[in-house]
Amino acid sequence: MSTKQKTYLSKTVEQLKPSGIRRFFELASTMDNVISLGVGEPDFVTPWNVIEASYHALEQGYTAYTANAGMIELREEVSRYLKSNYEVEYNPENELIVTVGASEAIDLALRAIINPGDEVIVVEPSFVAYSPIVSLAGGFPVPVQTDSKDAFKLQPEQIEKTITSKTKAIILCNPNNPTGTVLGKEELIKIASVVEKYDLIVLSDEIYAELTYDEEFTSFPSIKRMKERTILISGFSKAFAMTGWRLGYAAGPKEIIQAMIKIHQYTIMSAPTMAQHAAIEALTNGERSVREMKKSYRQRRNFVVHSFHEMGLSCHIPGGAFYVFPSISETGLTSEEFAEQLLRKEKVAVVPGNVFGKSGEGYIRCSYATSMKQLEEAMKRIARFVSEFKK
Amino acid sequence: MVLEKKEIEFLELLEKNGRMEVETLAKLLDMDVKEIEKMMDKLEKEKIILGYSAIVDWAKVLDYEGVTAMIDVKVTPKRGVGFDKVAERIYRFPEVKAVYLMSGAYDLSVSVQGRTMSEIGRFVSEKLSTLDSVISTTTHFILKKYKHDGVIFDHEEDDRRIVVTP
Repeated sequence: MSTKQKTYLSKTVEQLKPSGIRRFFELASTMDNVISLGVGEPDFVTPWNVIEASYHALEQGYTAYTANAGMIELREEVSRYLKSNYEVEYNPENELIVTVGASEAIDLALRAIINPGDEVIVVEPSFVAYSPIVSLAGGFPVPVQTDSKDAFKLQPEQIEKTITSKTKAIILCNPNNPTGTVLGKEELIKIASVVEKYDLIVLSDEIYAELTYDEEFTSFPSIKRMKERTILISGFSKAFAMTGWRLGYAAGPKEIIQAMIKIHQYTIMSAPTMAQHAAIEALTNGERSVREMKKSYRQRRNFVVHSFHEMGLSCHIPGGAFYVFPSISETGLTSEEFAEQLLRKEKVAVVPGNVFGKSGEGYIRCSYATSMKQLEEAMKRIARFVSEFKK
Repeated sequence: MVLEKKEIEFLELLEKNGRMEVETLAKLLDMDVKEIEKMMDKLEKEKIILGYSAIVDWAKVLDYEGVTAMIDVKVTPKRGVGFDKVAERIYRFPEVKAVYLMSGAYDLSVSVQGRTMSEIGRFVSEKLSTLDSVISTTTHFILKKYKHDGVIFDHEEDDRRIVVTP
């Protein structure tokens, strides 16, 4: 009798690779007293006024569903905020949807636009979820590599080389996770002309937009003729230190947003109500907290970049987010070997660059959203570890 | 005196942690060590930085008796010098930790530290109340400190994040 076991899983899910970060997390969590530079979230607790607003909403009995697209008051605030900060205008009635984190917004956006077999360009090194979500939606993720010699900035020619008749969309993450690279207005304009020429849709993930340190941020849909073909993705997790609240949003052309709401209403219904009340407070009175956190991130970025340079590792100066992406090729180790040995010998957790795609090989991602005390100690330990390989 | 943006950032960092190493400060502010030292010298000379001290939770130190009182003081201002002369006579006492001129129901807010309540009581009745400009005093003893100078007492800020996240 054949012993081949029947599987109940769908082929798509079976073929989905587990996240490389997951494997590394399991290793790190078996050890004690690890200094972690592996976290992709702020080390600040959500600003107190935001927490208070949520308490207040609960006291008032706001515990029921909201509209599928999210509370209209919140959508109005988001709309006002996008207009005043990034010069993009969206109608809160029908061009905005509040989601369970930016992650849900990415999923909805891709499911709303992809037909089976469509190709979606993913700029690498990239956030680990983009490609799997494209596959889950029935599309094919097509990577485009960026290079440290361009400070990991996407070159428009590279997109053009990758485009086929099946290419439907491109996912941009600006500022980028994991490299921290920020694309400026001029660079976005060049990308926009390719996007227009080949009639593509852009998923612009701008979750780190508030956290840019050296120059003013340009939102992709604010570029001429891009608003009608861009789905802007953002949320409250990073700028307002609200990762656990799971609240994000998407803004875009009415037709696409309405399609996204259709999927959302069957699967999620609506985002958590108390979190939406908190988010209104974050947008209306959160500016000071964001400014303070941003200042602290900028200082820590300087500290970490200087420290890597002192160790003799090359590291471009990231303009945004809270990651640095130094090269570890000097040590002769692969990024996984480096991360694993560093963890075992010095108990510092960093994320190997290869989990963010092929072009991340030879790099590690270090989050500097950690207390100064921890950062100082971590840098000492990494320096000691690296010096072993330079003898 | 108008300070540069970097100088203000530097002061904010020091105010949060006066023990920060010069090398660390230099990296944080993207400057070199010499520049930092120069800035420090200048701010000390200008008396913008007045001192470096620690915030201590004395309540945790066994056998260390200490009481703090806030005293509301009403005074008759002296002609020509206003409140300043009275304030000076008060702040010269070593047991006085702080003196503020206030608006409202009373004039001066005086913070006094002593070993026992009776020691503070003696200070108030014998030294403070007997000053001829002082009309009245109201003494409030501090029972417990929750937050002082922006620092929350007895509060561990645990990092509740998991070790590695996507």
